[in-house]
Amino acid sequence: MDLYEYQARDLFEAHAVPVLAGIVAYTPEEAKAAAEKIGGVVVVKAQVKVGGRGKAGGVKVAKTPDEAFEYATNILGMDIKGHTVNKVMIAQGADIAEEYYFSVLLDRANRNYLAMCSVEGGMEIEQLAVERPDALAKIAVDPAVGIDQAKADEIVAAAGFAEELRGKVAETIVKLWDVFIKEDATLVEVNPLVKTGAGDIVALDGKVSIDENAAFRHPEHAELEDKDAADPLEAKAKELDLNYVKLDGQVGIIGNGAGLVMSTLDVVAYAGENHGNVKPANFLDIGGGASAEVMANGLDIILNDKQVKSVFVNVFGGITACDAVANGIVKALEILGDKATKPLVVRLDGNSVEEGRRILRDAKHPLVTLAAGMDEGADKAAELANA
Amino acid sequence: MSIFINKDSKVIVQGITGGEGSKHTARMLHAGTNVVGGVNARKAGTSVTHGEKTLPVYGTVKEAIAETGADVSIVFVPPAFTKDAVVEAIEAEIGLVVVITEGVPVQDSAEFWALAQSKKDADGNQITRIIGPNCPGIITPGESLVGITPANITGKGGVGLVSKSGTLTYQMMYELRDLGFSTAIGIGGDPVIGTTHIDALAAFEADPDTKAIVMIGEIGGDAEERAAEFIKNNVTKPVVGYVAGFTAPEGKTMGHAGAIVSGSAGTAQAKKEALEAAGVKVGKTPSETAHLLREVYPEHEEPSNL
Repeated sequence: MDLYEYQARDLFEAHAVPVLAGIVAYTPEEAKAAAEKIGGVVVVKAQVKVGGRGKAGGVKVAKTPDEAFEYATNILGMDIKGHTVNKVMIAQGADIAEEYYFSVLLDRANRNYLAMCSVEGGMEIEQLAVERPDALAKIAVDPAVGIDQAKADEIVAAAGFAEELRGKVAETIVKLWDVFIKEDATLVEVNPLVKTGAGDIVALDGKVSIDENAAFRHPEHAELEDKDAADPLEAKAKELDLNYVKLDGQVGIIGNGAGLVMSTLDVVAYAGENHGNVKPANFLDIGGGASAEVMANGLDIILNDKQVKSVFVNVFGGITACDAVANGIVKALEILGDKATKPLVVRLDGNSVEEGRRILRDAKHPLVTLAAGMDEGADKAAELANA
Repeated sequence: MSIFINKDSKVIVQGITGGEGSKHTARMLHAGTNVVGGVNARKAGTSVTHGEKTLPVYGTVKEAIAETGADVSIVFVPPAFTKDAVVEAIEAEIGLVVVITEGVPVQDSAEFWALAQSKKDADGNQITRIIGPNCPGIITPGESLVGITPANITGKGGVGLVSKSGTLTYQMMYELRDLGFSTAIGIGGDPVIGTTHIDALAAFEADPDTKAIVMIGEIGGDAEERAAEFIKNNVTKPVVGYVAGFTAPEGKTMGHAGAIVSGSAGTAQAKKEALEAAGVKVGKTPSETAHLLREVYPEHEEPSNL
């Protein structure tokens, strides 16, 4: 889960990383009050989880609280690359002498962590990596050791910091490592990390991604979730503990296992090329235990998607037997009653397939069509969505 | 022959007394796996019975190895306890640990992987191989199942399969059930996993019973791209590929923790192109992939003994 800048700032502060004052505001009034509280020059910064907000006009320097009010009025509601701005951060103005870059992230390929650091901050790191690769120090971090003092010293030296700055920057890097490890992050990035006119090191803008698999040891992370911005169907699915992603298409998809469901989306998209270019409407993995309740919840979510014209249920019975899935579908349709209005194509294979198909045949539900295979089912579902 | 496990593998189950552990111990025994015991510190000294078989429960992996000669462990403990279980298996120097658990924090996986890498034998080889986490495990049909893959889809044969996904593994085994499989291995859908596509490809290349290989990937990371490079330089046997997630949107996790397109990185299209550049034919669908495998599969093979 990616965090907003103000959330990253708050986590930094909680781990003693030097930051400037920053207060989130949802209205121009709140923005003005925040500017008054912080005092002096402030920066009104759009809070969106996408880069390029400065160029889009989402960052403005306000000399007075009234200006903060005015800028917040303009920025709130703004669309930045498809993201609507619902909140701004009022940040204390910084006296920037120099800008640096630091990040530490999970390195999937090497199965460890990677710290990156540069004395040339401010620009996009991808750009820096391409244009000035020598200016970006990349240091592998052993998960068994982490970034201790010695590692931080190595990083600042490799990045080319002047001798007199190394101690201060290394100290900040050790604290940023604390954020990474103690918050179960997969990315902690500071861009820019700045030296102020007074010579202090400050994390001016931060980006943090946290590992949702670690939620069991971070109950407080639940509050970081952005419930306002979530798609309403995705939010409802999450409440029901369903693994659902809303897409922009007409064929609702239910399957078991992440790989098979992704594959089902692709196969439906190919089939759609012959049927008016209909596309998959969602990703929904009902996992191993496809009980009637899970099936009913899943169908309910999908049938509430107004774009959906047909549904393709694609299950390969592994641990879950097909008869249990078939019973789940029959009971789910009973539970939904009149709410079930769209045709269902069901493909079952694997464990207890004959029994599963028999159950569906015997149920004779007018909305249900049985498909002999995955390709045939996808084609039928696409055809029905295009009818 | 086969890779990583065979009929002689002696298997212990960490979490043998739990719901999942118990259910799958019964299934593994039914599939012919030589399960020799289990581990649960709080139930040491007791035993569990499945049909004819009574299995001792030990307090530690070390003790279980000493008493049974086990060389493989399978982990069915909840995410919060998985790191400790895997670390224990590594410290006990078991040869293979298969981690089924889904939802393990990635920093935990990075930590136990670092530990496993640090334990080398006299020849400099890593002592403990890890498969997973978040995987269906591994099956050598007719010999041993260390995982949750249905054992009755197909029998022994010449196809080797390596996949990030469980149900796509089952689907592909089903599509090619008449040919049969030497070993099918699900390496898992997490960002950090133990055994990689490359490890499995190298083992299949060296395995005389594997005639052709199916490699299944999905969006996220660059494991498929690196595997493509490996195939180009090191694999002489026919390989066909499949990649799931062409229609996945950017920035959304698709079920598996590692299945995410970030910016322009980790797309299915890039993976497909990398594999094709390495001479690997890539199917648009699982059925087309099975068809491609048949085209490259050596003729006059013995039929599967299912």
